[in-house]
Amino acid sequence: MSNKTVVSFNLNGKQTDVIVEPRELLIHTLREKCLHTGPHIGCETSHCGACTVDFNGMSVKSCTLLTVQAEGAEVQTVEGLAQGGELHALQEGFMQEHGLQCGFCTPGMLMRAYRLLHENPSPSDEEIRYWMAGNLCRCTGYQNIVKAVQYAARKLRGEAVETSHPLMTADTH
Amino acid sequence: MIPRPFEYHAPKTLPEAIALLNEYGAEAKVLAGGHSLLPMMKLRFAEPAHLIDLGKLAELKGIREAGGEIRIGAMTTENELIWSELLQTHCPLIVEGARQISDPQVRYRGTLGGDLSHGDPGNDHPALMMALDASFVLMGEHGERIVSADDFFLGTYATLLEPGEIMTEIRIPTPAAGTGSCYAKLKRKTGDFATAAAAVTLRTSAGTLSAVRIALTNVADTALRARDAEQYLQGKPLDEPALAEAARLAMAACAPVADLRGDIDYKTAMAGEMTRRALTTAYARAAH
Repeated sequence: MSNKTVVSFNLNGKQTDVIVEPRELLIHTLREKCLHTGPHIGCETSHCGACTVDFNGMSVKSCTLLTVQAEGAEVQTVEGLAQGGELHALQEGFMQEHGLQCGFCTPGMLMRAYRLLHENPSPSDEEIRYWMAGNLCRCTGYQNIVKAVQYAARKLRGEAVETSHPLMTADTH
Repeated sequence: MIPRPFEYHAPKTLPEAIALLNEYGAEAKVLAGGHSLLPMMKLRFAEPAHLIDLGKLAELKGIREAGGEIRIGAMTTENELIWSELLQTHCPLIVEGARQISDPQVRYRGTLGGDLSHGDPGNDHPALMMALDASFVLMGEHGERIVSADDFFLGTYATLLEPGEIMTEIRIPTPAAGTGSCYAKLKRKTGDFATAAAAVTLRTSAGTLSAVRIALTNVADTALRARDAEQYLQGKPLDEPALAEAARLAMAACAPVADLRGDIDYKTAMAGEMTRRALTTAYARAAH
């Protein structure tokens, strides 16, 4: 029983084949077999969302999905966000608005926000908080994450973006 | 974190799934959204030797209206419930309930049928379905049977589902126009199971209540109807004394277990308070 099987899925645009036991969780496959170690593991009760990846157009917690369930799936991780060395608007937003500190929740936060902004390009602050409730952060207190997502939303809508944390200029010393 | 080894099956049709379930019997578990089962397997509370994944069965998905009923495939996800225009228009109680279940990622995977079949008194859909007078289609080797939500829940993690049966569809009589409804849920934080919650549907006629259903979440070993409170309210205006008595009768039906969410007295009192709030809001939403 529980013989290994081949599972094929598309990972950040690349066809990927892995050999797994049925019990292997997608997060472990991504990290240990695909060496995409951006998605993290922060709990074993499916609460924290650090393992969030985009899966067939949905945000899923890859710790609560078997890799065998990913047969034929489109999977996107934080490693697939930047294109041609250019940061995605969300990555830029998290940097500009100081939306991370230790960085452990950030890959999951980014991937959840990525799907959220696809579904709702102009969310209110309250909507961002509600629709990102599946992602825990120990460092930021969430305030700057909300600002970061708003920054990215503005940029993706083609509006001018300005960080709410401007660098001090020489004459403000 | 690491489940015990098992064999995985991904049937393409419902008969195939049922045949597999019969072949492996008590060794097998049905995998739906996997957001109750896999967490239990990761903690080794559940150790099935075979998982039968229903994820490929498109026939178990979808929300439609037929014959005065709303029919929802058991594998329909919470997120699909939330964004269904049919439910938003004709059965907003499900939408309001689903929005209070877990978090976005879990709602992309967790299904209505799984929430019900799990039989956890902490889950929200059991009480919602009782308040909506729903029934469930259970499919087995020898065909289907239809059971009422009121009868389905036998105990903690125990339901009328027999070995070899799969819940395939949830049927809800389309609520009459003007029906008021509310799901009032007390929880410690987003994504938590209820400390106590109340689901209410009601209709009014000439200033009095003409039909009331009240169901409570997580204040007994199953979801339960507050039947004494319902009977008491029948034909009465929803004034302050009626609310107080309905809350008292709902509390009398409770038998919660003490845990980190609170002791028996607190949960019981909160069930009364949630009943009061759900009644008040449902009444305000009803056509008068």
